[in-house]
Amino acid sequence: MKKEEIIEKLKKSELTGRGGAAFPTCLKWQLVKNAKADKKYIICNGSEGEPGVFKDRFILKHFPEEVINGIRVALGTIDKSEAIIYLRHDYYKKFGKKLKKLIGVSPITLFKKTGGYLAGEESVVCQSIEGGTLEPRIKPPFTSEVGLHGKPTLVNNVETFYYVSKIQKGEYEKTRFYSISGDVKNKGVYEYPVDWTILRILMESKNLPDFDPTADEIDFFVQIGGGSCGNILLPNELDTPATGQAAIIIYNTKKTDLWKLMQSWVDFFYKENCDKCVPCREGIYRIKEMVDKKSIDKEKLANIHMSMQKSSFCGLGKMATCPFKDVSDKLL
Amino acid sequence: MKYFKIKINGKEVKVKQGQTVLEVARENGINIPALCYHPDLKIKANCRLCIVEIKGKKGVHTSCSTHVEPDMEIITDSDVIKGIRKTNLELIASEHKEECGDCIKQFDCTILKLSKECDVELNRFEDRKKNKKSLKFGPSVEFDASKCIDCRNCIEVCNKQSVGFFELQEKNGMKEVVPTKDKDHDCIYCGQCILHCPVGAIEAMGEFKEVEEPLQQKDKTVVFQFAPSIRTSIGEEFGMDYGEVVTDHIVGAIKALGVKHVFDTSVGADFTTYEEAKEYVENLESGCLPCISSCCPSWVKFIEFNYPEFIPHIATTRSPQIILGGLIKTYWAEKMKIDPKNIVVVSVMPCTAKKYEIRRKENKVRGMNPVDQVLTTRELAFLLKHHKIDLKKIKPVSADNPLGVSSGAGVIYGASGGVAESVLRTACSLAGNKNPKIDFEEVRGMEEIKVAKVNICGKSVKMAVINGIGAARRVLEEMKKDPCKYDGLEVMACPGGCVGGGGQPIPTTAEIRKKRAESLYSIDKKKKLRTAHENPIVKEIYEKYLTDEKKIKEVCHTSYRKKKREVKI
Repeated sequence: MKKEEIIEKLKKSELTGRGGAAFPTCLKWQLVKNAKADKKYIICNGSEGEPGVFKDRFILKHFPEEVINGIRVALGTIDKSEAIIYLRHDYYKKFGKKLKKLIGVSPITLFKKTGGYLAGEESVVCQSIEGGTLEPRIKPPFTSEVGLHGKPTLVNNVETFYYVSKIQKGEYEKTRFYSISGDVKNKGVYEYPVDWTILRILMESKNLPDFDPTADEIDFFVQIGGGSCGNILLPNELDTPATGQAAIIIYNTKKTDLWKLMQSWVDFFYKENCDKCVPCREGIYRIKEMVDKKSIDKEKLANIHMSMQKSSFCGLGKMATCPFKDVSDKLL
Repeated sequence: MKYFKIKINGKEVKVKQGQTVLEVARENGINIPALCYHPDLKIKANCRLCIVEIKGKKGVHTSCSTHVEPDMEIITDSDVIKGIRKTNLELIASEHKEECGDCIKQFDCTILKLSKECDVELNRFEDRKKNKKSLKFGPSVEFDASKCIDCRNCIEVCNKQSVGFFELQEKNGMKEVVPTKDKDHDCIYCGQCILHCPVGAIEAMGEFKEVEEPLQQKDKTVVFQFAPSIRTSIGEEFGMDYGEVVTDHIVGAIKALGVKHVFDTSVGADFTTYEEAKEYVENLESGCLPCISSCCPSWVKFIEFNYPEFIPHIATTRSPQIILGGLIKTYWAEKMKIDPKNIVVVSVMPCTAKKYEIRRKENKVRGMNPVDQVLTTRELAFLLKHHKIDLKKIKPVSADNPLGVSSGAGVIYGASGGVAESVLRTACSLAGNKNPKIDFEEVRGMEEIKVAKVNICGKSVKMAVINGIGAARRVLEEMKKDPCKYDGLEVMACPGGCVGGGGQPIPTTAEIRKKRAESLYSIDKKKKLRTAHENPIVKEIYEKYLTDEKKIKEVCHTSYRKKKREVKI
């Protein structure tokens, strides 16, 4: 297949990045392909670090050959390139051998991830591989221009490469993988069309909790995207597609202690953020203070939410306040 | 260079390609607050105060890291921007304990100023660092962790100095800026961290009480001296232009504090020049090279701690303030019939390391410290403001005799290259060069490493003039491999030399350092007397007082030793 042809196919497929940011894949590929450099890198990001997201693990376990094929397509499309599969420690241990076997003599190497959640952000991935400080870089320049070792770098998620393979083979049917967990009967990873609503996905996977739509009190709520930064939706808000990394986590209202839940989120961010920029470092500190005291000052939270969402240095800070704001607005 | 137009807050402005939005805004008088931004340092975009909106682009953008593009339309003060900026400032204020009463920044505090401009509630969030300790780095620098906003400027500038005394450490889940405990790193007291701290969390150790008390005691004679570089910098603290020459204003203002005797450290510099030139000529003859300059105490400390193998090469000549202090407590005390024990010498210096230098045992004169207290430029300005003395309006007065008139060579000591140029002027004369050269343009300016080739005693001498310790380390590493690379080194720890010293007014930037230095050279150019050895007071004191080697050694020379880490944390 010709290089332009695959990019055209990616464009037609409307595939977007499955790491959460949903950036058009064809655009990213085009940028790296067109960048002028003596060397380019392709990184398959398998750092999957957010609670409630386990679809990359599922893909690596069941379809590693598709992932490798997707990477090979990228290698064929982007000149002077070599590829790295950046893997969570446990994924490396579990799937490393198999992946190496599939790679054979292709210019693809495996790299064991260093650091935590933030080390999945694409510029931090480059920092990690270079052995630098695990903090996001200033953008621009974007990773597609100045990435690993200062070279144009294509960073795509495991699932994205899986679908690149499907697109190349003409087998892509506009689906994605959903990680469903929480208070459900059939926890697991499901592949459904990208435009299905959460309600339909829960019904189809037989995970929709029994609930009384006429009752005043709600029986459950859902976290969408990821288990830490995902938005909170109520049963009457599920008529919308899943966003972010497409995790769907169900919480039974009766069984869930909201303060404990918020504590788990805030402890996660408190540990995982890099403390580089003011809004995220200080904002998370103040949210933790509120959650520790079990007392939310709604005005302060709203201001911190606005500040972090708009002015944080990287995606972690921009997303982190969403669930707290939602719980505060919808459930407290 | 490509130029184009952009709009800021509806106003059309012409910009150069490559400029950032923040630079353009400030050039056009539009104030965008930015705390972690400093033109000497890399863009970090940590503080998130300099955010702006750009028409056609989603979200908000930090102006420090955003480059201008043709036809860009920037909004710096929308309600969204104001709201976010207010919250971010409130969060920053929660890291910074407000103890304004005894803070030297009280007349010029960025946080207080911004909090008024941005309608900020300073105590909206409780001070999270209020119990953090203040740490002292020797007698020079104090780091008050309860005021630190973790912008990391100090880490970067200290690494640029290749000193690496600051680092990030994780404590209870929060990363914070701390001085390292690593025994292989020690502070050299240069104070560059202070100049680059936006909120006064790092400051010089000001001993105002020790300076003011003797002024009230009848049996004490207080004598002030002021460094060469102060005369083109302290005016800035009183709203004067960068680099404005205020030599006699300084004397007048110090006298307004009640001080009777004010001498000029540039006279001390003339003695340093004469002694160091003699050392140069002797070493050139004996072949004991390279000869390394000794008047920057941070540089000396840097060698003693990091490169002890170079100690034998450091000139033993004392620095200008130490020699002048020594002369005040010996020659002048005898002349005035004052018991030197009752003399309190206070130096006003551009430097925090000078506070360390006066406490070095090797610098004593007859068991006394030649200088008792050092005030930085900023500290003198603070003291004057505290006493409601406006330097700008004060009646100018000349420095006192006999130690008040220096050569032009003594004045240029305040700029990188000044010591080398002064020493070369005198050394060429001492060596008997015909028509000795006066102007050594090749060692002037802000370049990190400058090289001069001069003929002295029939020998070609290659001298390197270096400012900034990072560059100095690189040169020392080269010298380890090639010991004959240079015959002499002048090193100043601070960028641009003392005009960029750690005790100088804030802000200090490349542009400001340049202006301060240029003014020093303009003073030198106007002087008739431009060489140290021709200064009448130098001649007189060598004729009447410094008549034997013992006395010269006592007042003018010192020694050095290998050092282990001194700062205890």
